[in-house]
Amino acid sequence: MTLLLTCKQFLEELNAFLDDSADPEFRARLNHHVSECPNCWVVVDTTKKTIDVYKGMEPTSIPDHVRTKLLAALERKIASRG
Amino acid sequence: MTESVSKPDASDELSLVERARTGDSGAFTELVKRYDKKIYRLAKHITQNDEDAEDVLQETFLKAYEHLDGFQGNSKFYTWIVRIGVNEALMKLRKRKSSRTVSLDEEVDTGEEMIVREIAVWDGNPEDQYSKEEFHELLNEALDTLKPAFREVFTLRDIAELSTEETAERLNISIAAVKSRLLRARLQLREKLTRLFKKKGDDAFAYL
Repeated sequence: MTLLLTCKQFLEELNAFLDDSADPEFRARLNHHVSECPNCWVVVDTTKKTIDVYKGMEPTSIPDHVRTKLLAALERKIASRG
Repeated sequence: MTESVSKPDASDELSLVERARTGDSGAFTELVKRYDKKIYRLAKHITQNDEDAEDVLQETFLKAYEHLDGFQGNSKFYTWIVRIGVNEALMKLRKRKSSRTVSLDEEVDTGEEMIVREIAVWDGNPEDQYSKEEFHELLNEALDTLKPAFREVFTLRDIAELSTEETAERLNISIAAVKSRLLRARLQLREKLTRLFKKKGDDAFAYL
């Protein structure tokens, strides 16, 4: 019977848990900890959500003048290439 | 008929690139309009400066146009252009930093950044509780308060979705540093967002 990881040990390996990069044996220990520890379960859940909101965030806008300048610069570039 | 309707994004994108290569400027403009917001946001997170972000945006698309032949078509156009954007933004940042003493590889990993205080579940889907603009503003503000070394790693790994190895290479830091900074960045952002999005009255006790 392996010892339950401490919360500190679990948190140090949180990325391996979230990114699924731990080897199967260690993964089982991480799973075991999170199934026994409600606090770490909450940390896992809210960290996952944190990453997801940033990943899923579609930028809303770009200032009009920025896009206008960009398109003008491209037009010049394209024209210069004939 | 060469148009495919089954996978509009990938195939239609490839045909836009093909047309742009043969000199169809409208096709390239279409690609620009699809991704300029994403590149601009990324550039802002990395450079923390509107003017620099604007320069990075222009340089990224001008370079992409110039090197369109280098796009192989076996990855998505965004996967290709985001790497150009990241490079341009980091170059800009290094130029700015060269006049100061801060190095990109400064030692920043102290234990205190691993603190977890807020242990509370989020109140439903936070996106539903704010307007899109407000929600994005909150996310941007939270990210912008991280130390640059943490923000850069988070932006490259979790927003631009570069691999750990690529992130290490581009930031010129070790893989171990990427991993450690990413962990701290994620935990600090989690902390900040939990403060905003937690279920009221659902505070547990802090640990660690």
